[in-house]
Amino acid sequence: MTDQSTNSVAFVADGNIPQSPPPARETGAIKWVRANLFSSWMNGILTVAALLIIYKLLSDALPWIWNGVWTTSSLSECREVLQGKTGACFSVLSERWNQLLFGFKYPTDQYWRPTLAFVLLFVAAAPVLFFDLPRKLLAFTALYPFLAFWLIWGGTILAPIVALLGVAAAAYVFQTYGKASFAIGFFGAIAAAFAVWIIGGKLIPDGASDNALLQAVPSRDLGGFMLNMMLGVTCVSLSVPLGIALALGRQSNMPLIKWICVIFIEFVRGVPLITLLFVASVMLSYFFPPDSTVDLFLRVVIMITMFSAAYIAEVIRGGLAALPKGQYEAADSLGLDYAQAMRLIILPQALKISIPGIVNVAVGLFKDTTLVSVISMFDLVGMIRGPILASTEWSGVYWELLGAAAVLFFIVCYGISQYSQWLERRLATDHR
Amino acid sequence: MSTLTDPPKTAFRLSMLINDTRYRSLTFQALAFLALALSFVYLGNNLVENLRTAGLNINFGFLGDTAGYDISQRLVEYGNQDSHSRAALVGLLNTVLVAFLACITATVFGVIAGVLRLSNNWLVSKLMAFYVEIFRNIPVLIWIIIIFTVMTAVMPAPRAYRGDNATASMLLDAVAFTNRGVYIPMPFFENGLMPGQTLNWLVVLVVAVGSWFAARKINVWATAKQEESGVRPKTLPMVLGVWLVPFVIMMLIMGLAWEYPALKGFNFQGGIKIGGPLIALWFALSIYTGAFIAENVRAGIQAVSKGQTEAAAALGLRPGKVMNLVVLPQALRIIIPPLISQYLNITKNSSLAIAVGYADITATLGGITLNQTGRAIECVLLLMAFYLTASLLISAVMNVYNASVKLKER
Repeated sequence: MTDQSTNSVAFVADGNIPQSPPPARETGAIKWVRANLFSSWMNGILTVAALLIIYKLLSDALPWIWNGVWTTSSLSECREVLQGKTGACFSVLSERWNQLLFGFKYPTDQYWRPTLAFVLLFVAAAPVLFFDLPRKLLAFTALYPFLAFWLIWGGTILAPIVALLGVAAAAYVFQTYGKASFAIGFFGAIAAAFAVWIIGGKLIPDGASDNALLQAVPSRDLGGFMLNMMLGVTCVSLSVPLGIALALGRQSNMPLIKWICVIFIEFVRGVPLITLLFVASVMLSYFFPPDSTVDLFLRVVIMITMFSAAYIAEVIRGGLAALPKGQYEAADSLGLDYAQAMRLIILPQALKISIPGIVNVAVGLFKDTTLVSVISMFDLVGMIRGPILASTEWSGVYWELLGAAAVLFFIVCYGISQYSQWLERRLATDHR
Repeated sequence: MSTLTDPPKTAFRLSMLINDTRYRSLTFQALAFLALALSFVYLGNNLVENLRTAGLNINFGFLGDTAGYDISQRLVEYGNQDSHSRAALVGLLNTVLVAFLACITATVFGVIAGVLRLSNNWLVSKLMAFYVEIFRNIPVLIWIIIIFTVMTAVMPAPRAYRGDNATASMLLDAVAFTNRGVYIPMPFFENGLMPGQTLNWLVVLVVAVGSWFAARKINVWATAKQEESGVRPKTLPMVLGVWLVPFVIMMLIMGLAWEYPALKGFNFQGGIKIGGPLIALWFALSIYTGAFIAENVRAGIQAVSKGQTEAAAALGLRPGKVMNLVVLPQALRIIIPPLISQYLNITKNSSLAIAVGYADITATLGGITLNQTGRAIECVLLLMAFYLTASLLISAVMNVYNASVKLKER
């Protein structure tokens, strides 16, 4: 049978026909353009409109940037160089760069100090942000706040050392007594810290800052982008523990504790940050002891920390609510007490869920630090709107300055949000 | 034989306050109350002491004093001889105005950008992603200042409209864009039914509400008809008629006319002036918050499971109907809660008006009034009370709406 049929048929294919390439309009760039840009009439119109918008933006922006002048010393000189062409006057950036970064009162020869503190910030933040790094680096993270304080404010080194000793004493007390009872360890630690700070504060001689190794710089001399960074980093790191405490308090069974936390959180979330900054600038000093002088920077830090703590508390509450009830019950059935259950079972999971939200709050807070310019602190926006645009050389250079501020903020905020997305992928241990 | 006995009664010991879970929470709450009371007493004490040394007191009487400053952008009558409380009211209405306008436009921007970002057009979706990232990562204060600068630097001055060789001209002879603001024609009634323009507008509102009720009635009737016969009668012409006919008739009776802005002296007179600061703040808030709303919209649409779209397609619905009848109603439930918090953000961010000189409540009560009277505590407290009330009101209203659209579980 088979033989017959093979003989009777004139031609039998004994192999596959070689594959021919798809038609030209179904491959490569042409197919991509057809599928992604001109798949329908509507899409085609949208594409053309988008192209027009892009062309308009680029045709305005590119010559302006390309013809930019970087080396003159005033706006009128820029105009002379440009001779009527479109072009930016970037000279204001090259001339006032240090002022934009550090403010206009920070001693010029001491710029290396905040710069060093900024570089060390990455070293200190790295072990917190990336879990793969050796845990021993956390020791430097613990040391960093005191080091950065000393570098930026200068003055006697005794002050940060006393502060550090207080924290060390608190950590020691907590390690020793916290195992037996969390409450005793916790309150003992606070008491120990305050004892060391008060005694240490008395021991620092008056005028210790006069001939210190690093020249003392008062808080009101801080400014520029440095001030935004400092406010952002300080307030976020202070408000995370406070936010955890508030979130746990809001979940608590004790009505009094619960209502204190609810009222605090809802009050702070209901008012704009600007009113809280008004409180810091004109009202808060009435609540401190009459003879004390708490400088504006510290008052602003207090208010912004309260502000972001309320938002972080809500994010963490979401994380706590997302945990299945079985986790709480399992912890109870193991015989763990409240502090142990929270520390070992609940918080590690709840915080993992809330990390993206916390990063969102952190980005929002960092952007909101520009609001301090309204209460006449000279942060980046305050520097631009105040001393630089008011100077005779540079009045009228809006675009270059505001553009530079926008670029600086964009780099930092976009970087943080990219990190958050990486972290989310990294922490996604469930299989989808 | 066994009998049930009560557990042995142990005498109350002091250590039970810490160790016994029945009493421990009471102990903690008592401690917390004590700490709270002590800190309030301490702060209050400091406050009284500080106020006494500064020779101040807490007194809201200053609100009745003459304010003595002018406000150019206002919704109600106000002159510099009016009181501080009147100035605060002007500011309050201005806050409400800009927040209301910005909420509407931000929603429009956000929905358009969010839907376009999911478009299968590569260029458009990338362009929208660019918009969202740019606006989300740069502080709103910088955007407000940038847009305000554009307003004042790019728009022509009023004098550019003057003379025979004017460099600028009015749009359709009715709208003038100047660096002081935009002037648009103002509608008014020549022979209104009521004395006073405000009352006439109230009449218009009443008629509109009537039309709305009638349109609803028509819809209910159409639904009943559809359930009875399976065919939905055409309602569009009737609804349009119910809306348009009374409106047009009323406008003819009352004699609707327009007052056009005209250049008189150094500035435009007549019409409605929308000041530069208002436009800058409005536009900046809506385009900034629009970027956030776009992300919420995108997340909401993506959260509707693909099975829903496919099931709708399997039922034979066209793509437009799939979106309108199946995807959007479900996405809306996810979008509304974050949308509420975006509206709250707009209201709170409108306080940045102070940076461009728009006279909202922060700029009047918390700015000029505070500086003139030195009544810092009173002004800031009033300011906080206002924003707190506004926030609670907005969330209450939106929560009612949210409850009406959310999944009804039985």
